[in-house]
Amino acid sequence: MIGLGLLIRRELGLALRGGTDAVMAVVFFVLAAVLFPFGVGTDPAMLPRIGGGIIWVVALLAAMLSLERMFASDHEDGSLDLLYLSPVGLGTLALAKAVAHWLTTGVLLLIAAPILALLYNVPANAFGALVASMLLGTPILSLVGGIGAALTLGARRGGVLLALLILPLYIPVLIFGAGAIDGAIAGRPIAPQLMVLGGFLLAALALAPWATAAALRQAIE
Amino acid sequence: MFHRFANPARFSRIAARVLPWSTAATIILFVVGLYFALFASPADYQQGDTVRIMYVHVPSAWIAMGCYTFIALMSAIALIWKHPLADIAARAAAPLGAGFTLIVLITGSLWGKPTWGTWWVWDARLTSVLVLFFLYLGHIALTNAFDNPQRGARAAAVLALVGFVNIPIIKFSVDWWNTLHQPASVTRLDAPAIDPAMLTPLLLMALAFLLYFITMLLVRMRSDLNAARARALRLSAAE
Repeated sequence: MIGLGLLIRRELGLALRGGTDAVMAVVFFVLAAVLFPFGVGTDPAMLPRIGGGIIWVVALLAAMLSLERMFASDHEDGSLDLLYLSPVGLGTLALAKAVAHWLTTGVLLLIAAPILALLYNVPANAFGALVASMLLGTPILSLVGGIGAALTLGARRGGVLLALLILPLYIPVLIFGAGAIDGAIAGRPIAPQLMVLGGFLLAALALAPWATAAALRQAIE
Repeated sequence: MFHRFANPARFSRIAARVLPWSTAATIILFVVGLYFALFASPADYQQGDTVRIMYVHVPSAWIAMGCYTFIALMSAIALIWKHPLADIAARAAAPLGAGFTLIVLITGSLWGKPTWGTWWVWDARLTSVLVLFFLYLGHIALTNAFDNPQRGARAAAVLALVGFVNIPIIKFSVDWWNTLHQPASVTRLDAPAIDPAMLTPLLLMALAFLLYFITMLLVRMRSDLNAARARALRLSAAE
């Protein structure tokens, strides 16, 4: 437990000092979402209807942007090998990395999402669903993304490959995340979608660090 | 029994002995199956001759899904026991599975146009097969993404297992998504007791596809082993 806290603090310290990755992800998130009205038109009846889905799709892409560096810098300078030899264990390391990734990316997306929803004229009664679904969904993106980041460690063309591996696995989160917002706009209860997302989150929390650790072990050996 | 096949040389010998037989059986089954599928079976009373696409479509779908299970099983064996042939089997099977999945998608489209009036609908079944296709592509790309083939095989094995856990989740969420969003505008070919006249060609074709898969798998595994041997010989000659 102490190891986990220390690792998270290390990651956050590194992110605060050097990285503009997290800020870039949010800038990308806003910019990409702003592009859509140029493409599909600004019909005020249509934008609220597609807004929730677009915000979720762009959030998936933005979360993926900063995944590539999750383990890469530690792999290059050898700290990953030291962490592997340390008593903390790779599973804890994977969990710490995912938590740090969520704190530096997911939380910022969570803050930016309601602003984008305003731009899309999403009705006020759907804001709760948007924030709640992002709150439950974005940690899954970080956890599952960690598996992809570990698998593509040291690969050629790692970034494109990462997208190919991870995006199909993100589909369930997208379906239920966007579904909750749609349901709220239509006045249906959103509890089922949120519960399923919560279930996914618990499953990812239990299984993803373990799979990430297995992938890291292949990369280090 | 399991470890007997861990020896690549022995595997190659067995494969060489099996291959002529499995090739012959594949050809015979395809000839008989295609005869039944194209001539000796009745046209559907509603779909007409279009129903014959099913004799390719359904067996490919079975193989496409079975192949992913096979890859996941081989990956587990490779990771747990470091069985050298399991890696090679998984690597050899992935492009075959991707090919069959592509056949499923294309034949499904060709069948859908005259029957449903559209090439593609976002039906739960179609969408999950499309996702399966992308999982295959990811697996193939990851296998070939590393300079060290061993590392590629191991990474792909982890991915195959992660994908295997995720397939039911994706399948169910896509099912739900479909029921949440669309009224059931399109139902799939329902399967009430299928007529024996149509079941015979279907089963014959399924067997033919399965034998084709096994034959190609053996060919690919053997060529993979031979390529590794050629590489090793070239390296030792260069020293």
